Amino acid sequence: MPHEKRKKFFLGILSWILAMLFLSPFYIVLVNSLKTQKGIFVGITSLPFGEYFSPENYIEAFQKLDFLRSFSNSLMITVSSTVLIIIFSSMAAWMLVRTKSKLSTGMYFMFAAAMLIPFQSVMLPLINLMGKIGFMNPGGLVFMYLGFGSSLAIIMYHGFIKGIPVELEEAALIDGCNKFQTYWYIVLPLLKPITVTVSILNVMWIWNDFLLPQLVINRPEWHTIQLKMFFFFGQFSRKWDLALAGLTISMIPIIIFYFIAQKHIVKGITQGSIK
Amino acid sequence: MKKSKFWFWLFVGPILLAFLTVVIVPMFRGFYFSFTEWNGISNNVNLIGFENYARALTDEEFIHSFFFTAKFAAVSVVMINMIGFGLALLVTQGLKGSNIQRSIFFMPNLIGGLVLGFVWQFIFTKAFDAFGSTWGIPFFEGWLSTTGTGFWGLVILMSWQMSGYMMIIYIAAIQSIPESLNEAAKIDGANAWHRLLNITIPMVMPAFTIGLFLSLSNSFKLFDQNLALTRGGPYGSTEMLALNIYQTAFSRNQLGYAQAKAVIFLLAVAFITLTQIYYTKKKEVEM
Repeated sequence: MPHEKRKKFFLGILSWILAMLFLSPFYIVLVNSLKTQKGIFVGITSLPFGEYFSPENYIEAFQKLDFLRSFSNSLMITVSSTVLIIIFSSMAAWMLVRTKSKLSTGMYFMFAAAMLIPFQSVMLPLINLMGKIGFMNPGGLVFMYLGFGSSLAIIMYHGFIKGIPVELEEAALIDGCNKFQTYWYIVLPLLKPITVTVSILNVMWIWNDFLLPQLVINRPEWHTIQLKMFFFFGQFSRKWDLALAGLTISMIPIIIFYFIAQKHIVKGITQGSIK
Repeated sequence: MKKSKFWFWLFVGPILLAFLTVVIVPMFRGFYFSFTEWNGISNNVNLIGFENYARALTDEEFIHSFFFTAKFAAVSVVMINMIGFGLALLVTQGLKGSNIQRSIFFMPNLIGGLVLGFVWQFIFTKAFDAFGSTWGIPFFEGWLSTTGTGFWGLVILMSWQMSGYMMIIYIAAIQSIPESLNEAAKIDGANAWHRLLNITIPMVMPAFTIGLFLSLSNSFKLFDQNLALTRGGPYGSTEMLALNIYQTAFSRNQLGYAQAKAVIFLLAVAFITLTQIYYTKKKEVEM
């Protein structure tokens, strides 16, 4: 079928053009991050060679971003929030599914309905309250992520747990396990597929979050990558060579994460959206 | 009986405590603050009734920001979902390289809105300018310096970032359509266009509900990208609702007033997203 073949050829070309178009912003940033300020103005699309080649941008940006520290701050906050969200939401969701009462149904609907509340509508009273109880620090931030992350995580665990048979748990109880042992040794391992999804969604959200840390964290030594980037850009927005190197550095960790966990990320997004 | 209650609260308690402290209590305190002159500094908070609300509804800046946000959300929802669906169709044709293209289309979604806003600030102000002056095309010059280019700048950024996300959702929906339906239609002589209109789109309808919901609520609540790309400029003309609330609170220290806007924002987001879900759910086909 020559017609079919021609169509495939045309679609193939079109899809590669689109792919290049999607990549072009990354390309422009990467190429210019390796040039001197002058090199950027001489030719924005040219490759960074010759007199304008300036890999030193990266060294300076790396230092100015205090990258090792801000990276480990981001990592600590993201990992500890995600772990807590996973443990406490799966525990709660399991109880809510297995307890048949008006209270548990009502609670589930409260968590689900809260999905509609935009962050800006609670942000001011939240910061006021957190300041009063001394939570304006990384530990407090993790607590706030636990609260904001609870809705989606509970909805997802709730949906998954409804599909697993209760017999295994009953057998464990008969064998003398208490509730916590049953949860820890029997239920939690069964939840692994949905746990992967919940972790991916939370890691991507918390890692990239800017506004909440900006409101909560006031000491430079606690700054996450997003926060450092915000202040760094404010300082160097006229010095694009440095700013672009900083932007590239700040994108690298999540892109590496993507290459490692791509399959899980795509699966997580698909399941996460189905709710 | 008592024992099972103990376990119930032990398991549900921790996250419930965090949820109540972080979401529910602030929400109710927020309703209260919206009726006060709260400025965040002094401790005596005077109740002033509906004054903040009356002020918000006659505040030209806020009204502008409301309609700017609504217009932005409407345009970007259409763009994001059309591009996302188009990409999903393209990469499910069984072409070579589709897997790599999928990864590429999704990539912008991984990166935080703040960083993406800065990236596009460079592209619009520097790369576009350079392109425009080299080729003598005035269209590419002066981006982000006017309300119009600021608007389209935000739309382009948001479409680039979110259409890959929608693509993933639509791919899953397209792949779950039974092959037999398309085969039967082919035998009956339906061409590709007819199959798209009469099989693919109706079958993908539930995914559209999700796609529209996600893109609508994300566009309406947009903050990071707005802050990083235009900062509301020129002269606050591209300031969307979330940024407007933020500026009212932190640049002008009018926290009570900002909170009244935040309550209006909450109601608007809830109303719009619930209405959208209601209408698209009605259109879904029952299988």
